Amino acid sequence: MRLSELANPSRFNALAERVLPWLVVATALAFALGLYQALFVAPDDYQQGATVKIMFIHVPSAWLGMLGWALMSIAALGTLVWRHPLADVAMKAAAPIGAAFTLICLVTGSLWGRPTWGTYWVWDARLTSVLILFLMYLGVIALWRTVEDPSRAARAAAILTLVGAVNLPIIKFSVDWWNTLHQPASVLRLGGSTIYPTILVPLLIMAVAFTLLFVTLHLSAMRNELLRRRVRTLRLMRAAAANP
Amino acid sequence: MAALAALLRRDMRLTVRVGGGALMGVLFFLIVVVMVPFALGPDLALLARTGPAILWLGALLASLLALDRLFAADHEDGSLDLILMGRAPLELAVAAKALAHWLTTGLPLVIAAPLLGLFLNLAPAAIGAVALTLLVGTPALTCIGLIGAALAVALRRGGLLVPVLVLPLTIPVLIFGVAASNAAVTGPLPFGTPFTVLVALTLASVVLGPFAAAAALRHGLD
Repeated sequence: MRLSELANPSRFNALAERVLPWLVVATALAFALGLYQALFVAPDDYQQGATVKIMFIHVPSAWLGMLGWALMSIAALGTLVWRHPLADVAMKAAAPIGAAFTLICLVTGSLWGRPTWGTYWVWDARLTSVLILFLMYLGVIALWRTVEDPSRAARAAAILTLVGAVNLPIIKFSVDWWNTLHQPASVLRLGGSTIYPTILVPLLIMAVAFTLLFVTLHLSAMRNELLRRRVRTLRLMRAAAANP
Repeated sequence: MAALAALLRRDMRLTVRVGGGALMGVLFFLIVVVMVPFALGPDLALLARTGPAILWLGALLASLLALDRLFAADHEDGSLDLILMGRAPLELAVAAKALAHWLTTGLPLVIAAPLLGLFLNLAPAAIGAVALTLLVGTPALTCIGLIGAALAVALRRGGLLVPVLVLPLTIPVLIFGVAASNAAVTGPLPFGTPFTVLVALTLASVVLGPFAAAAALRHGLD
């Protein structure tokens, strides 16, 4: 099934309905395995004790917050360049989900920082740029809500998304470019990961579980958005028929 | 080219003649800077230490408020459609409007800043540094604000949307502007390091802002 064939909303809805139950099951299984690994198999850190296990929620949420914006940027290109009909639906659906994961990342990171760094918040480069990402998510959601016509809102949101995409490399490399309190990159870096496998494996399983959760939520949200647009069109048609 | 010059002259004349223009922005800047000592208290040492930040925040908010003058009036009376249909490339036309906006809004803020620095007990080195960083940074504020103003041009009830969209994007300019001003007064960091980054941010936004704003206008008005 090519991307162009998926452009038909009805066909997309049919495909999503078939795929979603499997995705839900896969997400549940991945979370079961990941949580078991994280809570019972992964060892305590020699310095931090059990609080290191916040990492198994904090790091995947951070990755997904950035993935959400990257997905929105690709969808924005789909809207502006290729005029794919479902690209703006994908973009609109991803925004609240990405914002939620970014918020989870900020909150869990703050709770983790209190016992380990001694403070709930510090204005270092990584935390500040993730906070800016969260503010930009809220800005895009505000833009979607303020412009009434969905297709015009889609184009405006697409441009704002692409402008905001410049923040993603800043977040990724902020711990390298600035002297920050947040620890430097230890998974995706040149020279391979620096995390010991007993913690790295549960982390990657949880990352897969979170990604499956994102995909499940995103597909459901896209279906909801398509239904919402159908309702809006029906309302407009009824209003137009009532006043000839 | 003649069309762009005409657009520039028209925008500058309109700003000066209609709606208070340049002086309204300076007045808002003055009011904000005057209100901060009421909030912080009259401790002169504290005001001197936070002075560059107060001046930068005041300039940022003043340029933010002046943004709706960029496109809204032209959109209402139809001249924005004429500009879109004109022969000059839309990006250059938008850049000309941005230049007019900066000359009539940003530059008066830069000129007013040294006087307001006296209210905040800033040292002469700090006043000079703030004025210089504002001179370099206000074009960046204008060009980043251009994007928000273009995105919200067709909205009747835009409200606080433009500040919500624009302020996160202006955070780097604010950070490096204040860092450069503080570096000129205290601190081991030389003035040149954050100042160079500020110049880079301005140059990047002067190029990217008109492109993004033109794209937003094209897609938003049809």
